[in-house]
Amino acid sequence: MSRSAFTLDGAEVPFDDGQTLIEAARAARRYVPFLCAHPDYPAHGSCRVCTVLVNGRPMAACTTKAAAGQVVESDTPALTADRRALVQMLFVEGNHFCPGCEKSGGCTLQSLGIELGVTSAGFAHESPVRPVDASHPDLLLDFDRCILCELCVRASADVDGKHVFALSGRGLHKHLIVNAESGRLVDTGMSVDDAAASVCPVGVILKKRVGFSTPIGQRPHDVATPRQQVEGKEGA
Amino acid sequence: MTGKLRLATTSLAGCFGCHTSFLDIDERIIPLLERVSFDRSPLTDVKHAGACDVGLIEGGVCNEENLHVLREFRAGCRTLVAVGACAITGGLPAQRNRFDVGALLHDVYVAEPGLTRRGVPDDVELPRLFDRVRPVHEFVKVDYFLPGCPPPADAFWAFLTALLDGREPALPKELLRYD
Repeated sequence: MSRSAFTLDGAEVPFDDGQTLIEAARAARRYVPFLCAHPDYPAHGSCRVCTVLVNGRPMAACTTKAAAGQVVESDTPALTADRRALVQMLFVEGNHFCPGCEKSGGCTLQSLGIELGVTSAGFAHESPVRPVDASHPDLLLDFDRCILCELCVRASADVDGKHVFALSGRGLHKHLIVNAESGRLVDTGMSVDDAAASVCPVGVILKKRVGFSTPIGQRPHDVATPRQQVEGKEGA
Repeated sequence: MTGKLRLATTSLAGCFGCHTSFLDIDERIIPLLERVSFDRSPLTDVKHAGACDVGLIEGGVCNEENLHVLREFRAGCRTLVAVGACAITGGLPAQRNRFDVGALLHDVYVAEPGLTRRGVPDDVELPRLFDRVRPVHEFVKVDYFLPGCPPPADAFWAFLTALLDGREPALPKELLRYD
């Protein structure tokens, strides 16, 4: 029995019809760096971190369907440099203060930066002013860290059926908003048990009263980084 | 002078936690001192950096004096290294960037309850604060970055020994951290 396959950095990766490159790679336990992609949600294709070369052309691995015979390159110095620049731009567009963030050690953006060997934000910081929304009794919104991945938008609309979040504005002015006349989370139907409450890959949507409860060394990405999770290997 | 590599270190708007972590290389400081001599550093109390091979800068730039010291280091050091979250991102002191500096000074030195003497300090020797705390790479060219809050002692060791051995410093992922 033979399934169709493409090659990823020279290794053959089988796929089922309809699978995207990143889905097939993940099933084959091969890591392609990603940020806004999530196995439980349809692809969004906005962060471009998973960009790979497909037969020499740059394509987002999360939105490109696998096809037989594709030659896919991911682990190249040029793509790594592009991914680093994307991560650096996300860092300077927000206020990402890792030492004081509850999500540190479980943050996809932080782990991606470390995975790619990013040692500095490189660019000048925007230092935007984005007030915290602590109005909800069980949840906190720290907009400083939003990377506009729309995972919360997707989760709230598609799974919770509540449409609590949306993105508003364009370009550098694009930002996360809350669907209430007051603009405050307390005036929505959001609950701490919603899928949207747990889906944020960075530290925007936080549950109250549980911050820093996991010691350093035992946090999710201390145990297994996103790469190790995909490759099925536990960390040290 | 000896053939030793000359090293200067300083803290701008930082907490000296990076220096403390550097000292956590423990007894390895003895072999280090066989290959390195310290110029300006809290460890020597030398006040101005001269010509150096390497300068380690902890802390971000929050006032005029920080910028003056940073430029002195850049002018004197062949290789300049930004060390720690504050030097690289502004860090904890940059958490004030969302506030107006004048309003902050008023809150702390005038409005704060229980003050025995009210008034914003205005001694001419006090460096003026900048409106925002900024990382060092926004002012001068930085050759290397050593992230972490603080960077682990082993990161200092790996970095400095690579430089001393003439290798390109590159931290393994285990020593690369942002918190």
